[in-house]
Amino acid sequence: MELQLRGITKRFPGVLANDSVDLTVRSGEILGLLGENGAGKTTLMNILYGLYTADEGQVLIDGVPRAFAGPGDAIAAGIGMVHQHFMLVPVFTVTENVVLGVEPTRGPGIMNMKEARREVAEISAKYRLAVDPDALVETLPVGVQQRVEIIKVLFREADVLVFDEPTAVLTPQEVEGFFGIVRGLRDAGKAIIFITHKLREVLQIADRIAVLRRGAVVGEVAPGEVDEARLAEMMVGRPVELTVHKRVATPGDLVLEVKDLIVVDDREHVAVAGVSFAVRSGEIVGIAGVQGNGQTELVETLTGMRPAISGTITIAGRDATHFGPRQTHQAGVAHVPEDRQRHGLILGFTVAENLILNSYYEEPYSHGIAMDWDATNADAEKLVGDFDVRTPSVAVPTSNLSGGNQQKVIVAREFGRDGVKLVVASQPTRGLDIGSIEYIHARIVAERDAGAGMLIVSTELDEVMALADRLLVMYGGKVVAELDPKEVSNADVGLYMAGATP
Amino acid sequence: MTAAVADLQVRTPAEKRRSRRLGIIYIVLALFVLWAFGIGSSGEGDSTFRLVRQTDRIQDLFGWDLNLVLPAAMVAYVIAAMLGFVGAVQLTRGFKRLDHVVLSVVLILVVFAFLTWAAAGRSFSLAGMLDETVKRSVPIALGALAGVMSERVAVVNIAIEGMLLGGAFVAAMVGSSFGSFWAIVAAMLTGVALAWVLAVLAIRYRVDQIIVGVVINIFVLGLTSFITQRILSQNPHLNRAEILRPIKLPLLGDLPIVGPILFEHNIFVYGMFVLVAVITYALFHTKWGLRSRAVGEHPKAADTLGVNVYGYRYMNVMLGGAIAGFGGAFFIQGSVGSFDENMTAGRGFIGLAAMIFGRWHPVGALSAALVFGFADSLAGKLSILEVPIPSEFLLMTPYIATIVVVAGVVGRARPPAADGVPYIKES
Amino acid sequence: MSDEPRHESGTPPAGPGDRSLFKDLTGDGIDWRSAMLVPLLALLTAMLVGVVIIALTDIDALRLWFKDPGAAFSETRQTVWGAYHALLIGSVGSMRALSETLTQASPLILAGLSVAVGFRAGLFNIGANGQMLVGGMFAVYIGITFDLPAPIHLPLAILAGAIGGALWGFIPGLLKARTGAHEVITTIMLNLIALRLVDYFLKTSLFQAEGRPDPVSSDVHPSAELPRLLGFLDRVDLRVHLGIVIALLAAYGVYWLLFRSTIGFEYRAVGLNPQGARYAGMNVVWLYVSVMAVAGALAGLAGADRILGVLTRASPGFSGSVGFDAIALALLGRSHPAGVVAAGLLFGGLRAGGQVMQVRTDISLDLILVIQALVVVFIAAPALIRAIYRVRTGEGATEQLAKGWGST
Repeated sequence: MELQLRGITKRFPGVLANDSVDLTVRSGEILGLLGENGAGKTTLMNILYGLYTADEGQVLIDGVPRAFAGPGDAIAAGIGMVHQHFMLVPVFTVTENVVLGVEPTRGPGIMNMKEARREVAEISAKYRLAVDPDALVETLPVGVQQRVEIIKVLFREADVLVFDEPTAVLTPQEVEGFFGIVRGLRDAGKAIIFITHKLREVLQIADRIAVLRRGAVVGEVAPGEVDEARLAEMMVGRPVELTVHKRVATPGDLVLEVKDLIVVDDREHVAVAGVSFAVRSGEIVGIAGVQGNGQTELVETLTGMRPAISGTITIAGRDATHFGPRQTHQAGVAHVPEDRQRHGLILGFTVAENLILNSYYEEPYSHGIAMDWDATNADAEKLVGDFDVRTPSVAVPTSNLSGGNQQKVIVAREFGRDGVKLVVASQPTRGLDIGSIEYIHARIVAERDAGAGMLIVSTELDEVMALADRLLVMYGGKVVAELDPKEVSNADVGLYMAGATP
Repeated sequence: MTAAVADLQVRTPAEKRRSRRLGIIYIVLALFVLWAFGIGSSGEGDSTFRLVRQTDRIQDLFGWDLNLVLPAAMVAYVIAAMLGFVGAVQLTRGFKRLDHVVLSVVLILVVFAFLTWAAAGRSFSLAGMLDETVKRSVPIALGALAGVMSERVAVVNIAIEGMLLGGAFVAAMVGSSFGSFWAIVAAMLTGVALAWVLAVLAIRYRVDQIIVGVVINIFVLGLTSFITQRILSQNPHLNRAEILRPIKLPLLGDLPIVGPILFEHNIFVYGMFVLVAVITYALFHTKWGLRSRAVGEHPKAADTLGVNVYGYRYMNVMLGGAIAGFGGAFFIQGSVGSFDENMTAGRGFIGLAAMIFGRWHPVGALSAALVFGFADSLAGKLSILEVPIPSEFLLMTPYIATIVVVAGVVGRARPPAADGVPYIKES
Repeated sequence: MSDEPRHESGTPPAGPGDRSLFKDLTGDGIDWRSAMLVPLLALLTAMLVGVVIIALTDIDALRLWFKDPGAAFSETRQTVWGAYHALLIGSVGSMRALSETLTQASPLILAGLSVAVGFRAGLFNIGANGQMLVGGMFAVYIGITFDLPAPIHLPLAILAGAIGGALWGFIPGLLKARTGAHEVITTIMLNLIALRLVDYFLKTSLFQAEGRPDPVSSDVHPSAELPRLLGFLDRVDLRVHLGIVIALLAAYGVYWLLFRSTIGFEYRAVGLNPQGARYAGMNVVWLYVSVMAVAGALAGLAGADRILGVLTRASPGFSGSVGFDAIALALLGRSHPAGVVAAGLLFGGLRAGGQVMQVRTDISLDLILVIQALVVVFIAAPALIRAIYRVRTGEGATEQLAKGWGST
C-alpha cells in the first residue's frame, strides 16, 4: 500500500501554510515528519485526514487520487489519526470513545455495547495496548489515554497511522514503550507518519525523515545521514544553538521557601502532597515532571490562585501562604502562566491594556480611580520595543498577535517591571517557534543574572535540563529528586519522572 | 492524575464550611417549624388529608373515604425534632454522599409541616393537590425536556419561553378553526420553526446563543400580543379551542390512590411521561444518543470521527422545539382553551431551572418539574385554605423556588462540556 | 494550539496612543462608517418586515384581496403608508413630537445603559424591568410620604430610585458571584417577583391612594416631580422633563466609568475573560456584585424617571416594556454609552410616533415591539445583514459574549 501526497498547497488569509508538498509513505515504514511549531505539519495532516481541503494538489492511495469531504471519507480509506490533543470525550468510557461513529448495532439504531466491548478487548490484547474498556476516560492517566486513541484508529482498520506529536506527554521510559508499540505496528504492515519537532526522537524512530520549513519540504534524509544539529539547521534555515549559554549561577538570598505544602485540586483530590524546596536569587530552579503530577496546582498556589491546605510559603522573608494573586504580585513575584491565552492575557484588550494588566491600579498608570492612558501608552511603546514584540501598534487587540508575540507581551509585562524578586514561569515556550524560544530562554537567563530567582516548570525535559541550575523532579505530588542537571542523564531523570529510582 | 498520588484524606475548608452551614440551616428550620407550626401556631385540632378525590370511583365502590388524619401540633413537634437531629448530624459529621438526598428529605418534611399547619382543623385534598402537581408540571417538564435536547448538543436554549408561548398561540387559533389534532401539530411546527431560527443564528452565524434566545422571546411576545389585540379581540371565535378531556387508562386507573393521580390524565401528561422514557432510552442506548452527547461534550472529537456536528445540532434543537411546541399546546388544549397575552408567565424559564436541577437528564428534569409543579399548585391550594398569606406572595412561590434551585445547584452540576460554545469547523 | 501564524482580522490598526473621544465613541478603533451601517440597515430591514406584518394582519384587507385585488392593494398601501407616516410625524414632525420623543427616550436610555454596563462585564442584565419597578416604588415612597422643599425632595426621590434599583440588581449579582447562579434566570425571576410585589404594595396603606379601591398609589407631591424643561412655554403637551438631562449625564458617567476609570478597566477585563481577570488579581466576586448594583441603580433611575417625570403615581406594571426594549437598545448601541443614547433616541421616536400611529390607524403599539425585536435579530446577526446586503463590516459586538451556564 502506498500513500502519496502530491503538490499539496494550502493558503490561509495572509499565510501560505503548505507550499507544494510532496510526500510518500509505504506499508511497513515509518516516515518522520519534522518541523518546528508553525511549519505547517498539522495543517498537512489535517488535509490528509479530510478536516481541511487543499487548495491545490492531490492525495493518492496506490496511485488512485482520492478526495476526502470529511474525516469519514479518510477513515473509510484507511487513514487513522492520533491527534496531538486527544480527541476523547472525557465523560464517556473507553469503549464508547472507541466506537463513536462506527457503533455496532443490534436492531434499528440500538447500540450493541457488549459486542463493542469484546472487540476493544480483542484489539487491546492483539497489539498489547492494555486498557479497561469500561473506565471513564477522564479518570485515566495520559499514557493510557493515548493507548485508547491508538485503539480507536485500529478499530477502524486503518492502514496508515498518523501520530501528531505523540510523545509530548510521556516520560522518557514511556516514550521507549511507545516506540516499541509503533515499531510493532510497522512490522504488522502499517504505514506510519510520525510528526514531531523533537530531533532526538525522530532520529530514533523514523526510517526516513522529511523536514518541513515554512510549509515546504526542504529535504528528505535517512537517520543515519544526519545529526541533530544538521536537522535543526534544516528546520530553521540557519545554524541553531541547541544549548543555552549561561554563566555559572551565583545564588544569593532566599527568595522563595516552601515547606510541607499540601494543595488540593478541583476534584478535591490531593495534588501537592507535602512539598518543600527553596529558590535563591540569581539561580534558576527547574521543575521537571510529566503533566499531571501536581506542578500545575503547585504553581497556582505559589501565585495565589489556589488556597493551600497546609504548609507555608515564604517570599523574601514574608509569609505568603495565604496571599491572593495581587498580594503575590505586590510581593515581587512575576508569573508567566501555563495557559497564556486564558490566564496570562485578556485577548480582547489591546497590547497596552494587557501590559498593565496587573499594575493598572498603581501610579503612573492611574491616579486614584482615573486611568492615565497617555502614561500607559508611552510605557507600552517602550516595553514593546525592549522586548521585540512584533505588533503594528500598542492599540491593537492582542488576539491579532501570533502565539510567540503574545507570549512576549506577557514576558514584557512580567519581566519588564522593577522590583521583581521571583519569576515563576510555567511551560514558557510551549507551542512557540524556534526564534521565540531562543529569545525567551535568553531573557530568562538575563533575568537570573540581574538577580531574580527563577522557578521554571516545564514538561519539556530538554528545556528544563538546559535552563536549570538546580533540577527538581515532581512525581505523584511530591518532589522525588533534587539533581544537578550537569551530572545526570536524561534517562535517569526520566526514571524519577516515572516514579522509579535509577 | 497519575496513579500514585498520595492518598491523604483531607476535607477542604470550603467543604467543611458548606457542611456546617447546611447543619445550621437545618437546625434553624427545626426551630422555625417548632415555633411557627407548633407552639406559636393557632393550628388546633387535626388536619385531615384526603387521599381520594370526591369524584373518584373507588369511593363509590367501597363507600369509604381514604383519609390521613393527623393532629396538627403533634406533627410539627415531631418534624421539628427530626430536623433538629438531622441538623446536629450535618453540623458535626455531615452526610457526605447522601447530602443531596438528606436535603430533599428535609425540604419535604418542612413542606409537610407547613401543610399540616395550614390544614389544621380542616380537610385538605392531598390527592387533589398531587393531581394538580402533575398537571402543572407538564409545561415545565416539556420545557425542560426541550432544553435537555438542545443543551445535550451544547446549544443553550433560552427561547423555550417563546416556543411555549408561540405554540400556545398557534394552538389556540388553529384549534378554534380546525380542531385539536391540527392544533397540536401546528403548535409543534411552530416550535420547530422557532427552534430553526435559534439553530441557524447560533450555529451558522454564531451569534451569542443567549442573545438569540432572549430576542426570540421578545419577538414572540410582541407578535402574539400584537395579533391578539389586532385580530383576536375582535374575533373571539378564533380563540375558542376545545379542551381535551382526560383519558383513564383501563386497569391502572382503578388502582387505589395512585390510580387517579397518575393514570387519569389528558394526552399531554401521558405524552410527558412517554417522552421522558423514550428520550432517556434513546440518549443512552442508541447511536443517535451517543453521537448527540459526543457533539455536546467534545464536538471536535466527534467531528474527527466523521460525526456531522452541525447536523446533529440542528436536528436536536429542532426536535426540542417540537417538544416545546407540544408543551405550548398544553396551555390551550390541556388547560384553558383560549390564548391570553403572555400566558406562559415564565414557565419556560422555570423549565430551564428544572433542566439544571435535573442535571441535564430527562428523568432528573421530570423530577425537578414535579417539584416546581408542586410549588405552583401550592399557591392555588393555600388560598383555598385561607392561609393568611397574600395571594401575590403565593404567586411568587415558583419563582422563588427557581432562584433557590438555581443558586443551590449550579456549580456542582456539570453541563455538557461544550455548552454555549459555537463549533467552528475549520476548512 | 500550535503556532500557525495569526490570520488578520477585519479591524484596521489605530494609531499609537490614539485614545481620543472619537475613537472611544466608535469603540476601540472600529471604522465609524461600518459601525453605523449595520444598525441602519437592520432598522431598514426591520421596518420592511413590519410592513409585511401590517399587511398580513389587516384581516379586512385580506378578505378584500379575493374579491378585488386592486382595491385591496391600495387599501393595504394606504394602511402601511398611514402607519409609517404617523410614525414619522409623531416622532419628529413637530415640537410636540420632539418633546414626546425625548420624554420617551429618557427612561429607555437609562435602562439601556443598565443593560450595556452589564454586558460589558459579561453579564446579561435581563432584570432591568424589575429594577425599574423597585426603583420606581422607592422613588414613589419618598415622593408621597414626605413633603420637603423641592431642592431636597427631588434629589432624595431620585436617589431613592437609584438605591431601590441597586438593591434589585445587587441580589442577582451576589447570587452569581457566590453561587454561580446564572443571572439570566435569576433576573427574570426577580422581574416576575417584582411585578407581584408592586401589585401587593399598591394595595397597602403605605402606597395606596385614599379612597380608591384599585391598586394605584397616591400622587407624588409636586416638590418631588421632575420639572418640565419647557414649562415656561406653558403648553401642557410638551412633556419633556429633567429626566432627559439626567439620562445624558448618566450616559457620560457610564462612558467615563467604563473607559477612563480603573473600575471600568476591571469591568471590561472581567467581561472579556473572567479567568484572566482573576489571574491579574482582580476580585471577580466584588466586580460582579458591584456592576450589577450599578446596572440596577441605572435601571432604578429609569423607574424614578418614569414616575417622577411623567406618571406622578405608581400603578401595576408601570414600567411597561422598557426593560425589554433596553436589551435591544444595548445591543443596538453595541454596549457603548454613545450608541445607547443614539438607540434610545431612536426607540423613543418609535414610541412617540407609535402612539400617534395607534390613534390614527388602529395599529397597536405592539407592532413597535415586533419591529424592535427584528432590529435586534438583525443587529445580533451582522452576518445576516452582510449576507442580505453583501456588505463588509467588522466583527459583531455580540458574537460570543457568554459561555453557557458555567459559574465563571
